[in-house]
Amino acid sequence: MVIDSIDKLKKMQDDACQKLDRQKKKVLICLGPGCLAGGSDQLLSEFRKVLKQKKVKGVTVEAVKQVGCHGFCARGPLVIIEPERIFYTKVKKAHVKDIVAKTLVNGEIIEKLLYTDPDDHAKKMADYQEIPFYKNQQRISLRNCGQIDPDRIDDYIAMGGYSALGKVLTRMKPAKVLDEVSKSGLRGRGGGGFSTGRKWATCAKIDDEPRYVICNGDEGDPGAFMDRCIMEGDPHSVLEGMIICAFAVGSNYGYIYVREEYPLAVINMQKAIEAAREHNFLGKNIFNSGFDFDVLVIRGGGAFVCGESSALMKSVAGEVGEPRAKYIRSVVKGVFDKPTVLNNVETFATVPVILDKGSKWFSSIGTKKSTGTKAFSLAGKVKNTGLVEVPMGVTLRDIIFDIGGGVPEGRTFKAVQTGGPSGGCLPEDKLDLPVDFDSLTEVGSMMGSGGMIVMDDRTCMVEVARYFLHFLVEESCGKCSPCREGLYQLLNLCTKITEGKATEADLDLMEQLSKTIQIGSLCGLGQSGPNPFISTLTYFREEYLAHINDKKCPAGICRSLIKFVINDECTGCMACIKVCPTEAITGEKKKLHVLNQDLCTQCGSCEAVCNFEAIDII
Amino acid sequence: MTTAEKTKLKKIFDRNPKNPQALITVLQDIQKEFRYLPCDAMSEAAKQLGVPLSKVFSASTFYNAFSLKPRGETIIRICQGTACHINGADLMVEQLETELNLKVGETSTDLKFTIEVVNCVGACAMAPVLIVNETYHGNVRCDRAVGLAKKG
Ligand SMILES: Cc1cc2nc3c(=O)[nH]c(=O)nc-3n(C[C@H](O)[C@H](O)[C@H](O)COP(=O)(O)O)c2cc1C
Ligand code: FES
Repeated sequence: MVIDSIDKLKKMQDDACQKLDRQKKKVLICLGPGCLAGGSDQLLSEFRKVLKQKKVKGVTVEAVKQVGCHGFCARGPLVIIEPERIFYTKVKKAHVKDIVAKTLVNGEIIEKLLYTDPDDHAKKMADYQEIPFYKNQQRISLRNCGQIDPDRIDDYIAMGGYSALGKVLTRMKPAKVLDEVSKSGLRGRGGGGFSTGRKWATCAKIDDEPRYVICNGDEGDPGAFMDRCIMEGDPHSVLEGMIICAFAVGSNYGYIYVREEYPLAVINMQKAIEAAREHNFLGKNIFNSGFDFDVLVIRGGGAFVCGESSALMKSVAGEVGEPRAKYIRSVVKGVFDKPTVLNNVETFATVPVILDKGSKWFSSIGTKKSTGTKAFSLAGKVKNTGLVEVPMGVTLRDIIFDIGGGVPEGRTFKAVQTGGPSGGCLPEDKLDLPVDFDSLTEVGSMMGSGGMIVMDDRTCMVEVARYFLHFLVEESCGKCSPCREGLYQLLNLCTKITEGKATEADLDLMEQLSKTIQIGSLCGLGQSGPNPFISTLTYFREEYLAHINDKKCPAGICRSLIKFVINDECTGCMACIKVCPTEAITGEKKKLHVLNQDLCTQCGSCEAVCNFEAIDII
Repeated sequence: MTTAEKTKLKKIFDRNPKNPQALITVLQDIQKEFRYLPCDAMSEAAKQLGVPLSKVFSASTFYNAFSLKPRGETIIRICQGTACHINGADLMVEQLETELNLKVGETSTDLKFTIEVVNCVGACAMAPVLIVNETYHGNVRCDRAVGLAKKG
């Protein structure tokens, strides 16, 4: 159906709302990356199968809906029963029959599947909005994730989707749109935090045709998955943002660059584009306004550097993704040397809401210089891993402890890594810092795209720096030597420290080298490449010195500096014997096992599988 | 190349535009169909798209998505993203390498298994993550890795 007027959209929205409402009870099954890894696709088919066999009054097979990431991945697979918002956690295929028979038929709540308050095990919470993880969030870019079926454009429209587009195309001039976006204070969510309004306005002014709009869905930052969840769970919000942008800057062609490691994101974006074309939200004469726009999906090739703007544009053109020097910015000469607006997935997903509710509303959220909300993916050594969105300006402590629940029992918090390979690690005493673009940069980390990885006392900060340097060496495109050679040498020196072979002079050398790399590199990859090293050295210098002077790894990670021994707690369960890759452990059932130090490679597999804390690290 | 393979290849060229811009997409389609980039397919791509073979080679070695060597039936990928790394992804690598007697990046001689590492697959909340062909496994303790991989 072609939607060419606000009235038709309104009618479609009403119909869609009614249709959704008619099936009063709904079973939402999260197919986000976390729940999927827990087998939630099987839950979906099982629910459908059971409901086909057993008729439940008022609940049809269509009431079972797949939704994108709901956020609370740590408790996945998640099943939510609407309209009561009953929140079932860690659901297995075997639970499905029970849920149908008890909850759907009798309205009975199954206690054992509910979320339990970690401080008070008797306290179970059924309604997810009461759970601290959700209660402390405010969702704008993730507004529909976990709420709608990404494959159904009706669902998106029922939530008010495409109404911002309708308003823009029928009642606003491009200049007014640019003005609204500028006034909202929206800054790019992809890492740099550049003003979106200013970027668009610059592009609109360039006297060259055609102009292009590109969405950066490369999300190369390891440990970040916000963009994946948006593209998979609410693809239309990204499209709507792009179409609005295209109208504002006067572009007729768009690309979405999705990394190939996200096959489902590619599929869902593609399906969304087709559905949008069918309804004429993409195509010719959109909303009868005379404005044409269409979008193509481009799959990335699995190179981190292709997230960088100029490299991405090379890649879109079918070439090797090597960045170029930016004497001329890509808004002036971007893809195919034409003016190009490149924004991140989350940036685009936020745009429709701004135009819907107004720039005043948006800029009232967050801080003065970083307005709105930001999505973060919380991972690592934290209890409540998952996807969260909070107003800018809340503290790291709010996110990690109030929402994230802190580090798992028995461990202590050590650092939080933000900004991926371009960011840094911040220690405990920086936890009360407000999370916004500028505060994090000031202390040597950065907001980045929103990956937030919590580390505990069993994480070695030197090894973390080595890990990131290794990542960057692998991913450096090799075009400029400060990055290609500099990072490589930095990695060698860092490895030397982890092996206990370095001296303090090496640290000085590394600091000097870092400066050279920062100043001399061509693109952001090299310029910010030394950050993980510099920030860990700034905040955890004593850990570096322990490796260098005492030849010790306090976290017990660096293989050359530790030894594993079996203590008296050993029950002789043979678990470690089975798992030892070098057959260094011997022993019989129910007898104390023996570890042969000559064969041991200090991999730590034995410690990982031991249930009795019988492996010590010295 | 066998006739069947040639037909597959022709289909790929038919559904994509024939210009240099389509290079990456075409290579991705070839990789998907053959699980690697056969030499003949690369020179055919060069011819069809009007790109020098050197450029085709350069693109296929630049992007991690491409492999120049045949890969196994079961592709075992271990996530090496930050979250997985600090949650002990290396231990999975160790187990798999020992059990299958292969190093990361290698394929068994019977073309059954390939072990690869990837930089984050976006399931970080379930770290460490093991992907066997298209199936994701989350929170994998190292002693379960081999079993999951062999199940296919
Ligand atoms: C090495 C490198 C990798 C990057 N990777 C990404 C990425 O994966 N996703 C992203 O949105 N931006 C990435 N960026 C930032 C982009 O260059 C660009 O600033 C951003 O996409 C602009 O969109 P925004 O203004 O909406 O943030 C990367 C930058 C560099 C230097
Ligand atoms: S770090 Fe492994 S899935 Fe992201």
